[in-house]
Amino acid sequence: MLLEKQPPVSADTPIGITLTINGQRRALQVAPWTTLLDLLRERLDLTGTKKGCDHGQCGACTVLVNGTRVNACLTLAVMKDGAEITTVEGLAGLGDRKGSNALHPIQEAFIEHDAFQCGYCTPGQLCSSVGLLNEGHAHTRDEIREAMSGNICRCGAYTNIVDAIEDVMQGDAR
Amino acid sequence: MNRFDYVRAGTVAEAVQAFGVGARFIAGGTNLIDLMKYEVEKPGRLIDITRLPLDRIEDHAGGLRIGALATNAKVAYDDRVAERYPLLRNAILAGASAQLRNAASTGGNLLQRTRCYYFYDVATPCNKREPGSGCTAIGGMNRIHAIFGTSDKCIATHPSDMCIALAALEATVQVSGPQGERSIPFAEFHRLPGDTPETDTNLAPGEIIVAVDLPESRFPQHFTYLKLRDRLSYAFALVSVAAGLELDGDTVKTARLALGGVAHKPWRNREAEAMLEGKPATRESFQAAADLIVAEAKPQSENGFKIDLARRAIVRGLEQAAAGTPQSLSDKRIQ
Ligand SMILES: Cc1cc2nc3c(=O)[nH]c(=O)nc-3n(C[C@H](O)[C@H](O)[C@H](O)COP(=O)(O)OP(=O)(O)OC[C@H]3O[C@@H](n4cnc5c(N)ncnc54)[C@H](O)[C@@H]3O)c2cc1C
Ligand code: SF4
Ligand code: FES
Ligand code: FES
Repeated sequence: MLLEKQPPVSADTPIGITLTINGQRRALQVAPWTTLLDLLRERLDLTGTKKGCDHGQCGACTVLVNGTRVNACLTLAVMKDGAEITTVEGLAGLGDRKGSNALHPIQEAFIEHDAFQCGYCTPGQLCSSVGLLNEGHAHTRDEIREAMSGNICRCGAYTNIVDAIEDVMQGDAR
Repeated sequence: MNRFDYVRAGTVAEAVQAFGVGARFIAGGTNLIDLMKYEVEKPGRLIDITRLPLDRIEDHAGGLRIGALATNAKVAYDDRVAERYPLLRNAILAGASAQLRNAASTGGNLLQRTRCYYFYDVATPCNKREPGSGCTAIGGMNRIHAIFGTSDKCIATHPSDMCIALAALEATVQVSGPQGERSIPFAEFHRLPGDTPETDTNLAPGEIIVAVDLPESRFPQHFTYLKLRDRLSYAFALVSVAAGLELDGDTVKTARLALGGVAHKPWRNREAEAMLEGKPATRESFQAAADLIVAEAKPQSENGFKIDLARRAIVRGLEQAAAGTPQSLSDKRIQ
């Protein structure tokens, strides 16, 4: 019907978008079918964000978009034009730690509590934890577990991950 | 993923205008992009509707109007929803993960497609994906499939949790399309598979959901969303129950009950609801209603367990609602 009338924005010409990734503004040309995950990993060499399932089922690709945690594998980059993206590489530079090399408190807490084994799920767990802290809905251990259920850990580091998050939460409350 | 044109709509009219054969609207993308990766969906054009001003939640006609682009998280954590429609809040929070709920929209949740394995697997026949090719689930792996309202063409279920609550709350879907605007009562929004399982809903091509309206709050105290699944979180329902009761002392004044994971649409049985009204809020009454509902159930080769599961879940759900002790979202033990 209208397909002929409205010239497509288009299939073969990439689309220009602007993203602020880990504090750095970037003008990018992307094909509309590029996921945010593939853009980060394949084009921008930000391989900290992991591809586990590519279908929203594991949480390894979790990043923050405007401070909110989402699955980068189910996000089209072109739809996030203008957004601020934070990946695991950018957690250390968040907030008042800008410009310093200090780790984010959640990263410190993961090390302190031994909250990983192979580390594959860890970037997603970290970004998801920061998202959880930003949201502020989880308070008890049970609530943390439920709110982190979108991040699968095949090594089963769950108990220590909850410890780490609880620790940072209590630190924030202090 | 196939190649497609990308259009970013600035107004609802623009979005409707840009629609054509092979086009799809995209909101959160959490279902559509997934299906595109499996080549179950191969749209020639994606119309990005996320910039439309449809994400507000507003008081409306004694109830609440939820914009189609309000995310599942935004709705669940809205104070008015928590106070007046806790059933909706609990159903949303029982679904998917925090990440997915942050992206998923109200409209997209209604239109998410079935999780039938064969629907996802383009190598197998499936009437819903490819009309006329056959249904592999009938006689195949059908443990997660429907027990109510099936046809010999399709036995798939609608996977949403949110929609089960919206059915019990008797919401209304507001849509806008090439023929103008109209309202669709929730019970008439989704359809049974019949001979055309490729059609999930009564939305016409090119119609866009603009809002979901909730009527005046009736079940702020006596409600539950009870979801039974293979693991305690981040899994689709095998059986779920959304229950809302208005009580007059110990007597049921109004009962609304919708079941998830058991049919091609949120499953309601008006006769059972009517039967409960005026009855004492006791296990005996609830059991009688549950028996009436499951009397219509038809098992497939692997999902017969759902009948007993549904019967028990209905009784337990009504008990939780009557007692005002809804299923906890974090402590998954069933009280
Ligand atoms: C791993 C995983 C687990 C999940 N678990 C659950 C669960 O336990 N319970 C549950 O309920 N859900 C679950 N979901 C599904 C999730 O809730 C849906 O994917 C989501 O709600 C869809 O919303 P969306 O905005 O992302 O839709 P999209 O993917 O953007 O769109 C879905 C469909 O709706 C159409 N559409 C979207 N908005 C509109 C509109 N306003 N008007 C007209 N058409 C529109 C699109 O064209 C598309 O066909 C899960 C998903 C995943 C990936
Ligand atoms: S149950 Fe429906 S969706 Fe599943 S294979 Fe049969 S026709 Fe396809
Ligand atoms: S890679 Fe995105 S959820 Fe698994
Ligand atoms: S640490 Fe190995 S998967 Fe989580």
